[in-house]
Amino acid sequence: MTVTRGNVDHSTSRPRKPLSPGALWLAALGVAGNAGANTSNGYNLPTGVTDLARDMYGLHMEVFWICVGIAVVVFGAMIFALVKFRHSQGAVADTSMLHSTRVEIIWTIIPVIILVVMAIPAADLILKQEDTRNSQLSIRVTGYQWKWEYSYMDAAEGVDFFSTLARDSNFARQQNSGIDPKSIPNYLLEVDHPLVIPSGTKVRLLLTSQDVIHAWWVPDFGAKRAAIPGFVNELWFRVDPGKEGIYRGQCAALCGRDHGFMPVVVDVRTPDDFKKWVDAQKAAVKQAALPAPGAPAPVAAAPPPTAQALPN
Amino acid sequence: MAQSQATNTAQHSDHAHDDHHHDQPATGIKRWIFATNHKDIGTMYLMFSLIMFFIGGAMAMLIRAELFKPGLQLMDPVFFNQMTTNHALVMIFGAVMPAFVGLANWMIPMQVGAPDMALPRMNNFSFWLLPFAFTLLLSTYFVPGGMAAAGWTLYPPLSLQTGDAFPMLIFAIHMMGASSIMGAINVIVTIMNMRAPGMSLLKMPLFAWSWLITAYLLIAVMPVLAGAVTMLLTDHFFKTSFFNAAGGGDPVMFEHIFWFFGHPEVYIMILPAFGIISEILPTFARKPLFGATSMIYAIASIAFLSFIVWGHHMFADGMPVAAQLFYMMSTMLIAVPTGVKVFNWTATLWRGSLSFEPPMLFALSFLFLFTIGGFSGVMLAIVPVDFQYNQTYFVVAHFHYVLVPGAIFAIMAAVYYWIPKWTGHMYNMTLAKWHFWLSTIFVNVLFFPQHFLGLAGMPRRIPDYAVQFTDWNMVSSIGGFCFGASQILFAVVVIQCIRGGKKASALVWDDARPNGLEWTLPSPAPYHSFTTAPDVK
Repeated sequence: MTVTRGNVDHSTSRPRKPLSPGALWLAALGVAGNAGANTSNGYNLPTGVTDLARDMYGLHMEVFWICVGIAVVVFGAMIFALVKFRHSQGAVADTSMLHSTRVEIIWTIIPVIILVVMAIPAADLILKQEDTRNSQLSIRVTGYQWKWEYSYMDAAEGVDFFSTLARDSNFARQQNSGIDPKSIPNYLLEVDHPLVIPSGTKVRLLLTSQDVIHAWWVPDFGAKRAAIPGFVNELWFRVDPGKEGIYRGQCAALCGRDHGFMPVVVDVRTPDDFKKWVDAQKAAVKQAALPAPGAPAPVAAAPPPTAQALPN
Repeated sequence: MAQSQATNTAQHSDHAHDDHHHDQPATGIKRWIFATNHKDIGTMYLMFSLIMFFIGGAMAMLIRAELFKPGLQLMDPVFFNQMTTNHALVMIFGAVMPAFVGLANWMIPMQVGAPDMALPRMNNFSFWLLPFAFTLLLSTYFVPGGMAAAGWTLYPPLSLQTGDAFPMLIFAIHMMGASSIMGAINVIVTIMNMRAPGMSLLKMPLFAWSWLITAYLLIAVMPVLAGAVTMLLTDHFFKTSFFNAAGGGDPVMFEHIFWFFGHPEVYIMILPAFGIISEILPTFARKPLFGATSMIYAIASIAFLSFIVWGHHMFADGMPVAAQLFYMMSTMLIAVPTGVKVFNWTATLWRGSLSFEPPMLFALSFLFLFTIGGFSGVMLAIVPVDFQYNQTYFVVAHFHYVLVPGAIFAIMAAVYYWIPKWTGHMYNMTLAKWHFWLSTIFVNVLFFPQHFLGLAGMPRRIPDYAVQFTDWNMVSSIGGFCFGASQILFAVVVIQCIRGGKKASALVWDDARPNGLEWTLPSPAPYHSFTTAPDVK
């Protein structure tokens, strides 16, 4: 199950990339109904896999079409004028109408009405986004130059690990590495240890930073917030049940040399699978603590197949 | 002393200027170093701006070359960040702002019927600060740690990681700020004191009006920027903790202070453009500007609103709901006066008699493409969706649409409009039209795909990207190279026009309807524009 998910994800999210026979075979095997994928079509916002992301997409399209409507009218008038009132075609300027209070009031009032129409659903969505009450799982996310630390709270208290760029991407992204980025699955969007969360659960992230300002962003969740030293920012999302899979994003605030190389990868599992994963993590932490007490516990057991055993 | 002053006054009233050495330009390098003439200083500002435009443009070409395909081919990520940071600083403070000050120097005395700017020696100083400021800024390439790489917004704590470039950058910003403030004071004093008799404020041309309002914005916000960067400086060197959370400071406070400067700053870069467009469209539509008075009120409202919207740059940094709502509404309100301007310009074209000389072509391109930037601006104002746009290429596309086909096309339109008045020569219209068409086509090839990249999830300020962003980046880079190359035509047209060409008449655009005092002067305009105040009815 886990194996298929990882591979299906990379083949569906990047249809342009030539697929290896193995990946094709796995994709054919995996029923893949729940494969996580980037839900953007390559030129528009992702439709998303959370309530919030869908609402954002809906509002985005609404405002977009209003703008298109205004553009058709305004650009239409301009183009009509450019075609109709040409000096070369013998047009004579009509200098009689130099201002008209009535027209000017009309084209002040109409935009105000349009803006109010946009602002009402927007205000609703703000209130929804900011309502982090009754979350079922909280995770502390700490930004570092250039990696993320995920510290679980609530039922998964004690699970804590770092998430850095996957090794093959890291090799390929070196200057003149000679490695074709297209040959790397999920180039720059893969990490050693992804954040694992349960689906159908209201997850609250508490974001902060240890050095400079970073921003945590997964477009498919509609979740972006800055991680600022000395501050704790909050955001929440609930991934739809049935949309388990791998979702990818990136740091979204310039944070120095490797700003482009600190991806965010989230592995969404069913609540049952998540519980199993948490138990395995806790067991691993306990085991690691036995021989060398006090040493930081690396995440070991049951990482997803794409994970690399990289030291942080 | 008093006597010699009296004699001077007598000479002036007699127009007995013959023995006065300021009547003719000094010769050689002294003419420029000791320049006090508004035209000489304006020329220096404009040439400086052109050079900076090509330097900043070269940085942009390097950025687009690295982003042509995924993987790092040409440069280290640090160098990439240096290029994005300095491209912005050079283009904003070196290209766009000095170009507008240059245009103000040339045109404001001619438009209000004055002999020169009110404070010619300060004018000299405010120009000559700039070459030193930018030499200092660009020389940071050679110091340990290299150029500043924290983005032009200089957010701490990242900007505090800058190497030896840090104090040089801040001193350079202080010099640019001082230069801008002096330029602004000069504009205000000239307009307030030196208008020809009969020219009430509401009779003043729109370009002078837009600059009057811009000058107040400059005086209001440049000291704020100076304060912000000085606090960075003391945090870095004197152990203060203005922005250091560990010392009880607040890194978000920097963002508030910076954008309190930064948002009016973006209007500083667009309001004079509004003025220019309001001069050019009526000329080539052969009919006066529609609703001229409401255009002035619209500029003033935009200037006022610019002070209360800064929070919209920071939605993703965490903000109370009430603040999010406030900044969303205030930002959306800007669409109203901006809409009035676009509608009035359209109404100016309506039932006009349009001809398509190069300045008109650029002005029309501005009208369409700036409006596109306005639409993406409204989208960005919608806070809940801004979380998806924030810090992506969608934002990059938005502000380049308002700054390149917005501010820069307006500057080019202004140069094509007034340069025959400055040089006394017409320029090569065919070449200028080529410059227009290539610029307008490729600016869209360059920036339109960046909307798609941002929506599809590409963050800004990254030197390398996931492979699904390849196609649009390639298109954008090709557009960028072609746009950059087309600008060489602009330099060619300008230089040819300075060196010679068909003689321009006083009206320059005889066939159209140029309106304003500057067209009553011969071409080229005399060294001291109006030695006798003209009569304004």
